[in-house]
Amino acid sequence: MRQRIERIGASTVSTVRELGRFFVFGWSVGNAGRRPPWRLRRLRDEIFDVGILSLIIVCISGLAVGMVLGLQGHNTLVRFGAEESLGAVVGLSLVRELGPVLTSLLVAGRAGSAMAAEIASMVVTEQLDGLRMMSVEPLDFVVAPKMLAMALVMPLLAGLFITFGIFGGYVIGVVVLGGDGGQYLSALEDAVNFGDDVLGGLLKAAIFGVLVGWIASYRGFHATPTSAGVSAAATATVVIASVATLIFDYFITALWGV
Amino acid sequence: MTEGARQPPGDESAEYAPTPVHIDVRDLHFVRSGRSIFEGLSCGFPRGKLSVIAGASGAGKTTLLRMLARLLRPTRGEIWIDWEVDLTAMSEADVRTYRGEVGMLFQRGALLDSMSVYENVALPLRERTTLPEDRIRTEVERAFSAVDLHDVGDLLPGELSGGMVKRAGLARALIQRPKILLCDEPFSGLDPPTVRKVETLLQQVRRSSGATMILTSHHTHSTRRIADHLVMLNGKRALEGTPDALIAADEWVKDFFLEPERSEST
Repeated sequence: MRQRIERIGASTVSTVRELGRFFVFGWSVGNAGRRPPWRLRRLRDEIFDVGILSLIIVCISGLAVGMVLGLQGHNTLVRFGAEESLGAVVGLSLVRELGPVLTSLLVAGRAGSAMAAEIASMVVTEQLDGLRMMSVEPLDFVVAPKMLAMALVMPLLAGLFITFGIFGGYVIGVVVLGGDGGQYLSALEDAVNFGDDVLGGLLKAAIFGVLVGWIASYRGFHATPTSAGVSAAATATVVIASVATLIFDYFITALWGV
Repeated sequence: MTEGARQPPGDESAEYAPTPVHIDVRDLHFVRSGRSIFEGLSCGFPRGKLSVIAGASGAGKTTLLRMLARLLRPTRGEIWIDWEVDLTAMSEADVRTYRGEVGMLFQRGALLDSMSVYENVALPLRERTTLPEDRIRTEVERAFSAVDLHDVGDLLPGELSGGMVKRAGLARALIQRPKILLCDEPFSGLDPPTVRKVETLLQQVRRSSGATMILTSHHTHSTRRIADHLVMLNGKRALEGTPDALIAADEWVKDFFLEPERSEST
C-alpha cells in the first residue's frame, strides 16, 4: 500500500515537473523570439516546410471529408425533408469544428513529427551545442521560427481544408446526388457567420498551431540524444499534440463558444 | 609529472607554477545518472600548447572537454581561466563572452545540415559581428584555406566526406580567431592518411594562431606525435605531463600507449 502511494506521489511530482519545464520552455522561446534579430529568412523557410509541404495532404483530406459530409448529410437530411440545408450542415461542421481540428491532427502527424525529429536529431548530432559555442541561442535561432511558422500557417491550412471540404460537399450533394446548387450555397451563406464562425474557427486553428509547434519543439529539444530518442520524440509529438488538440477543442468551444 | 592537488589561485606560497597555465581544473566532481565520473579531478592546460586528454572509453574525456566549454557543469569543483575567472561560477552573459574566445570542433562536426558549408562557417561572424558581407567572405575564404578546404562552400554538410566535415568544423571554430580551441576526437572515423593530414593541420593551427588547444583522443599514435602536454584520465583522477615523461613514469600509461603499438607490430 505504502509503495503504491509512493509511486503515485513520484509520478505526480514527475508530471508536475514536466509541465513546469514545458511552460518554462514556452516562456523562454517567447522571450527569445521577440528580441531582434528577426529571423525572417528562417521563418520563410519554416513556413515552406510546415505549410507548402502540407498543402497536398490538407487539400485532399479536406475534399474527402467534405464529400463524406455531403453524402452522410444528404442521406440524413432527406429523412426529414430538409436536404436544402446541406450547405449549412457541411459549412458549419467544417468551419467551426472539423476544419481546425482535422487540420491540426494532420499537421501534427506530418509537420509536427518532422519538426520534433529534426530538432531531436540536432541534439543527437550536437548541432545545438555547436550553436551555443558560437553564442547563438538555439531557442532563438532554431525553435522560435519553427513555432511561429506553425502558428501562422495553421489557420491558412485550416482555411484551405474548409474550402476544399465545402467544395467536396458541393460535388456530392449537387453534382452526384442532384441537389440544387443555388440552395446549397445560399444555405451555406445564411448559416455561416463570418465574425463568429469563420474568424472563430481560424482563431481556434491558430491556437492549435501554437500548441502543436510548442509540443513538437519541446519534445525535440528535450529528446534523449540517441536514435531511439529521435523516434520517441516524433511519436510522442503526434500522440500528445493530437490528444491536446481534442482536449483544447472542447475547452475552447465550451468557454468561448467558438 | 603532477597528480592531484593544485594550489589555489593567488596563493603566494603556491609551489605549483611549472608552466603558464591557461586553464586550471581543480577538485572536479561529477555524477551523472547516479554514476560518479570524476572524484576530485585536478589538472591544468598550459597556454599556447597542444594538450591531449586521453584515457579509456568512458573515462570522461568528452565530459571534461564539454565542461571546459561550459556545455556541462560539474557537480562540484572549479575551472579557472587565467587564474581570474571560475568557469563554473560564471553568469550566462559571461559564458557568452567566454565562448566568443573559444572555438570548438565537435566529434561529428556539428555543422547545421540545413545550411551550406559556406553559411555554416560564416555563421559566427554573421551572428556576433557587424562585418559587411564582402569582409565575411574574405574571412571565410581565409578559414577555408587555413584548413586546406576548397570548392565546397556551396555543398551541404551531408555531401562532404568525414575528413572534410572535420575540416569544415575546424574552419568554423577558427573563424573567430579563438584563444582556446577545443577538439573532441578529431581523428575518430578517419582513415590513416586523413588522420596524418588532420594532425598536421592541428599543429599548423597551433603554430599560426598561438591558441591553447585541447583535444580528446583515444588515438595513441596521434597523441604521441602531436601532444605537448598529456592529461591521462585514470579512474576518476588525472595524471599529467609530457607524453614521454608519463609513459616513462607510469606503468599503466605505458601499457595504454605501447600495448596497441606492440599489437600492431605482431
